[in-house]
Amino acid sequence: MSEESGASGGLSEYIGHHLTHNTGTVLGGSFHWDSWLVSIGLGLLFVLWFGMRARRATSGVPGRGQAFVELVIEFVDGQVKDVFHGDRRFLAPLALSIFMWVFFMNAMDLLPLDIGNGLVTLFGGHEVAHHTYFRMVPTADLNTTVAMALCVFILTIFYSIKAKGFGGFGKELLTAPFHSDSMVGKIAMVIPNVILNLVEYLSKPVSLSMRLFGNMYAGELVFMLIAGLLTSWLTFLPGVLFGAAWGVFHILIILLQAFIFMVLSVVYIAMAHEHH
Amino acid sequence: MDMHQFIALIQANTAVGIGLMIGLGALGACVGIGIMGSKFLESAARQPELMPMLQGRMFLLVGLIDASFIIGLAMALFFAFANPLLSRFG
Repeated sequence: MSEESGASGGLSEYIGHHLTHNTGTVLGGSFHWDSWLVSIGLGLLFVLWFGMRARRATSGVPGRGQAFVELVIEFVDGQVKDVFHGDRRFLAPLALSIFMWVFFMNAMDLLPLDIGNGLVTLFGGHEVAHHTYFRMVPTADLNTTVAMALCVFILTIFYSIKAKGFGGFGKELLTAPFHSDSMVGKIAMVIPNVILNLVEYLSKPVSLSMRLFGNMYAGELVFMLIAGLLTSWLTFLPGVLFGAAWGVFHILIILLQAFIFMVLSVVYIAMAHEHH
Repeated sequence: MDMHQFIALIQANTAVGIGLMIGLGALGACVGIGIMGSKFLESAARQPELMPMLQGRMFLLVGLIDASFIIGLAMALFFAFANPLLSRFG
């Protein structure tokens, strides 16, 4: 994992190279091809895998693959059932997609860091590898996590309006945290209520996206530091040991962050259904 | 002062800042997780039948507590390797 890095020269340059996105320009805005490709590919992988298992499902003795898929689905469904009491036909599949997709994207962190670099060097030589950028972990890109958190945010508002109606939603926005019985008090409390509600609404997607991004970015950087600091043949064994140790710890983080993203999305949408 | 001194000044202050970001963040996260872990053990000893439910909640909260520290860690490492305050000097 660490031998390739000697060619580029310098720890900062090595890490800088690995932190650069494969960026293109689409319609005047910069566009991270690597995040898009990997995330869409992994999303398709999830859909194909689970769809194939669902189509082939038997009510008899399940095979290993079906048992595993059922295990995941029942786990997610149980989590949703704990939080949300109502019709789960949309929310449980949504939670399953979020969980598996985020988990797949996070799991790209466990691939050896220089595997792409090594492949490009093998086929194209050092000079091509030096100008090719590719980041394997889509969730270590703030754009991906903010996009996912914004989708959850839009769903939250949609379900809030669906459960309470436009009037109920607007009324809650204007009168929710501070209640008052008199008309004058209600009007006086409109501005603090709106400000507090805005802060509450906006803090959700920000914390949701920053949490996932921060965890994955820091995890990726630690892998880079291990690989970049222990480059010589003398430090090959410690490098492998440190990498393996951090990798084992990272499996926990990967699962935990996918789980937290899923649970918090479900909690936010379930909260949107509640009346104050 | 010449340019080298300015750069050294920024680097020195950034280094102190990185230390504070990682150290204070780790301190807070460790205290938080320690308190929560001890409470979890206490309640698990008191009511062992609640343990599976509490375990799930505990791991969820571990992730939430850890997250703010790790966001701080990522910011600190970002400042360590690509200091945006230094980029003005080119």
